Amino acid sequence: MNGAPDAPSGLTGSRAAERSGRSLELREATVRYPRSAMPQLDRVSLAVSPGECVAIVGPNGAGKTTALRALLGIAPLNAGSALLMGRPVAEWERPALARTVAAVSQREEPAFPVTVLDVVKMGRYPHLGPWRAAGAADDLAVQRALARADIGSLSDRLVQTLSGGEWQRVRIARALAQEPRVLVLDEPTASLDVRHEMELFELVQGLTREGMAALVVSHHLNAAARFADRLVLMSAGRVAADGPAEQVLTAQRLSLVFGWPVSVQRMADGAVQLYPERKRVAPGATRSG
Amino acid sequence: MRVGRGAFVLGLTGGAIGAALLGLLVGGSHIPVGEALRAIAGHGDPSVRAIVLELRAPRIVLGFLVGGALAVSGAALQALVRNPLADPYLLGLSGGSSLGAVIAVAFGAGSVWGMPIAAFAGALLIVAAVYRLALVSGGGLDGRILLLAGVVAGAFAGALTSGILAVSESAQVRAAMLWLLGGLGGVGWAGVLALAVYSVPALVILAAESRTLDLLSLGDEPALHLGADVNRTRRRIYIAASLLTAAAVAAAGIIGFVGLAVPHAIRMVRGPGHRGLLPSAFVLGGAFLVVADAIARTLFAPMELPVGVITAMVGVPVFAVLLRRSATAVRA
Repeated sequence: MNGAPDAPSGLTGSRAAERSGRSLELREATVRYPRSAMPQLDRVSLAVSPGECVAIVGPNGAGKTTALRALLGIAPLNAGSALLMGRPVAEWERPALARTVAAVSQREEPAFPVTVLDVVKMGRYPHLGPWRAAGAADDLAVQRALARADIGSLSDRLVQTLSGGEWQRVRIARALAQEPRVLVLDEPTASLDVRHEMELFELVQGLTREGMAALVVSHHLNAAARFADRLVLMSAGRVAADGPAEQVLTAQRLSLVFGWPVSVQRMADGAVQLYPERKRVAPGATRSG
Repeated sequence: MRVGRGAFVLGLTGGAIGAALLGLLVGGSHIPVGEALRAIAGHGDPSVRAIVLELRAPRIVLGFLVGGALAVSGAALQALVRNPLADPYLLGLSGGSSLGAVIAVAFGAGSVWGMPIAAFAGALLIVAAVYRLALVSGGGLDGRILLLAGVVAGAFAGALTSGILAVSESAQVRAAMLWLLGGLGGVGWAGVLALAVYSVPALVILAAESRTLDLLSLGDEPALHLGADVNRTRRRIYIAASLLTAAAVAAAGIIGFVGLAVPHAIRMVRGPGHRGLLPSAFVLGGAFLVVADAIARTLFAPMELPVGVITAMVGVPVFAVLLRRSATAVRA
């Protein structure tokens, strides 16, 4: 991605004063899986501060999920550092980490029939020891999470009977029951219809307004552009651009990164929206369907 | 089909008491309830007392412990491989345990205390082999691959066991063949004590990990995100399940399908939470095996069927139902 303009580094630099207050941060992080020629993550730097919603966008295989896994201490770094609350993520004990960061992975299939309430209660796991029973504070956190994700009416349903949107909200509720300071979502709206997608992003934005830090990987550039405070555009394991949507989403850059002609428009409310173009068909060529 | 907690505990307790009474009354010689209970209290006819206290009572307690150990082990393994089709028998732990135990017998170390240790070593060896086999596939620790690897490793252990039995000259090893068929008759109170002592640490480990087992049945990644140390838990579960299986096999030979059918039944009525599932599985597994043993003793009396025949009669249909359900889930 040599042709793509660099990230507007001035923006990250201007927040240097807040450096100590960053919730999540990758510094020059490199991840190379064994037997893989190209690094999955190549000197990637990005940061999320409290009260901020950052979206990682980019084509398939750009390293978005690997960046999340590096931040969560699951993908070991070959170089650079991954910091949570300013401390290397590898130094965190898993329960302490789960009390601070709630992460919702792309897919999840429970092996046994389990109710919504039981799944949300599992969000309290890092707050309980092996022997301690759940107490009033835990019940309160669970009830608040159910209400916040608007799934109180589902609490006795088996999760295997839920729609994709409902199941996603259950997992968000479980993440909220962890009472985290940071929320990390990997493709949270991949299988959701318009309404559920919008509801989910509204919910995440509401949480960040209350001071939570949110990092969302999304394929839905338009939704990300409207809700995220900042976009990190990744390409081939690197950060191609980092900044507010209107700076990151330029037609030239997107066309280059996605390898497809894209035009960018500004909506009436000021949001930047992209619009993939049809490839021009050569005159006389027959279109096959 | 879910049942309230009070009714469930009541039913389970009633079932366990009923199973114990059945085990006490059924057998070669007819003993009425009153006399049996008097014998337990230490009164009554000495010959009746001998039958009740030295034959039937240890057999019932052993049945409870073996059935409980196998059921708890199965429940934990199912969460671990995220597959309701798993059990100590299908994952090869029983086969590994019997191999270890037979080797101990062949080397003259076949005491009630020595055999479980050797069986434990055999089970751990099989676990390691199953892990290696599953990793060869490159698909990580896919539950179905683990099951397949377990069946293969179990068959391999069975072949080695047969080989040792065939070439061995010692009468003790010949006796082991009978024990391998599975039965609760042989070991008496000494065997009960050994099994109880070896089971306790394993049960404590599993009880401590029961919340983590809930998380593991969601998947490794969600469990990790929720704060579980997945690898450490997996190691502990495998060790505890191996120890339970080994102690049970050393005491009563190979008895299949208890670990498969029992946890499934409890999940249906009480849900999959392991804090309730593990103790309930222990009680129901115990009661189930005591009843199965009573049936095995009476069906062709005075001939005695291996109790594994009865558990298989129940377990295989359950397996078929689960298989059908999981196949539907895969297609959906």
